Amino acid sequence: MLCQECNERQATLHFTKIINGEKTEIHICDVCAKEKGDHIPGSKGFSIHQLLSGLLDFEQPVSHPTSQGGTSRREALRCPSCEMTYDKFAQIGRFGCADCYKTFQSKLDPIFKRIHSGNVVHGGKVPKRIGKDLHLHKEIEKRKQELQALIAKEEFEQAAELRDRIRSLEKSLAEKKEG
Amino acid sequence: MSLQQFISQAISPWMKKEGPNSDIVLSSRVRLARNIQDVPFPMLASTESLVSLSDRVKSEYSGHSHHRFGTIELLNTGDMKQNEKRVLVEKHLISPALSDESRAGAVLLSEDESLSVMINEEDHIRIQCLLSGFQLSEALKLANEVDDWLEDKLDFAFDEKRGYLTSCPTNVGTGLRASVMMHLPALVITRQMNRILPAVNQLGLVVRGIYGEGSEAQGNLFQISNQITLGKTEEDIVQDLQSVVLQLIQQERAARKALLEQSRVQMEDRVYRSYGILAYSRTMESKEATKRLSDVRLGIDMGIIKDVSANILNELMILTQPGFLQQYAGEVLSPEQRDQRRATLIRDRLRLETKKDN
Ligand SMILES: [Zn+2]
Ligand SMILES: [Zn+2]
Repeated sequence: MLCQECNERQATLHFTKIINGEKTEIHICDVCAKEKGDHIPGSKGFSIHQLLSGLLDFEQPVSHPTSQGGTSRREALRCPSCEMTYDKFAQIGRFGCADCYKTFQSKLDPIFKRIHSGNVVHGGKVPKRIGKDLHLHKEIEKRKQELQALIAKEEFEQAAELRDRIRSLEKSLAEKKEG
Repeated sequence: MSLQQFISQAISPWMKKEGPNSDIVLSSRVRLARNIQDVPFPMLASTESLVSLSDRVKSEYSGHSHHRFGTIELLNTGDMKQNEKRVLVEKHLISPALSDESRAGAVLLSEDESLSVMINEEDHIRIQCLLSGFQLSEALKLANEVDDWLEDKLDFAFDEKRGYLTSCPTNVGTGLRASVMMHLPALVITRQMNRILPAVNQLGLVVRGIYGEGSEAQGNLFQISNQITLGKTEEDIVQDLQSVVLQLIQQERAARKALLEQSRVQMEDRVYRSYGILAYSRTMESKEATKRLSDVRLGIDMGIIKDVSANILNELMILTQPGFLQQYAGEVLSPEQRDQRRATLIRDRLRLETKKDN
């Protein structure tokens, strides 16, 4: 497929941009991507992010003429750790810190779906040291849900057994944290 | 410095080892992006916290020995001269961004330069393993080991649902970018790249010319890498890339065979013309050098040229970059001077080959 900007080179970047509900396919080559990316001051070499920002900007830009200068809904999304706003994130296409992922949580699935062929949940490696705790947490959460289900079904004998199991899991998690 | 000495210093030891399928796949690379918990990503972090990270990595890892890579040293980009950094960029050991734009940027390097860990680039940590030939699984294995080694002492930002958290949403999850550099002259000559590129793109892989663009890639060198980092295991990502690379290898081999059978004289003519130009020119732009070197390398791989080592393409592609030319000259060069130096260096390098025979 040829680049839609120069019609000369092969398009190497492909993405879908949605503005005001209108879907547009973009196919562009590296050279044109680089040229387009040079608009952000002090960001040479980050052309991909400029392109990404087009991809992130799937919501209508905040231009509602609010009379009393009321803050818009999107502006209210601001990461408490690094001060990054969702607007800024959508503009530059980069997170400011790990907590941004939590702050913008409700908006991320469609973005990740688009970039990662529909995937939104990690399926790979888990760090060894931190990961051990995560596995325990996960199991405790799962057991607690099972416990609720058993109680709802009034199967108290099994529920008591499960509760003991959860307690011992919580104990080993606590020991790990101290150790 | 003699040319031989210069080459032995300039070419990373990992490049001198011949990897599998190295007639088509020049190198394999795996990169893992990692960040440190509770420190904002480098774009927003205070310079203080970035300096403290690179200091910490230095004290924990620099000068230490890794059982696979031997001694690892940390270099601060702030302590390096402009041309020293440029040389590392041309060797693909650091990125231009780390060289020119990072605050408190640093790199951990192994002696054979097959491992480089960039500190404070777009992410806090970027582990990179480079191997010659087609060795993606091996590169992933090594990168994983280094990841574990670093995770021993550093707390990485990791989320159960999203995986490793990165500055750019295109890297989240595994933080893995696997890529190969392929020499595909026969597919270009037979005009098959235009058909192949979109198909490879459709599979969620990215193809780009290393020097130049798309199907017009200079030197017929293409980098193929994964686009998706979230939702698949590292092994699956690498395997998906591998299977496409294997198909490309087969198609390139078939195209080379067909060219030899159907147009041997034209191929010989093309290869020897390029060889002649490389052997006798007095000034040469990098674009032409890349093109001619690709022809000669193809000639070597097809058995047309017999007394020149196949390494010559990889070697001269790096040696004739501006940073290396200036390092060899020991001074800053104008573009015209570079073109002359480039032609001289190539002639001298080819002469080394003929000397070897005697
Ligand atoms: Zn273009
Ligand atoms: Zn943040």
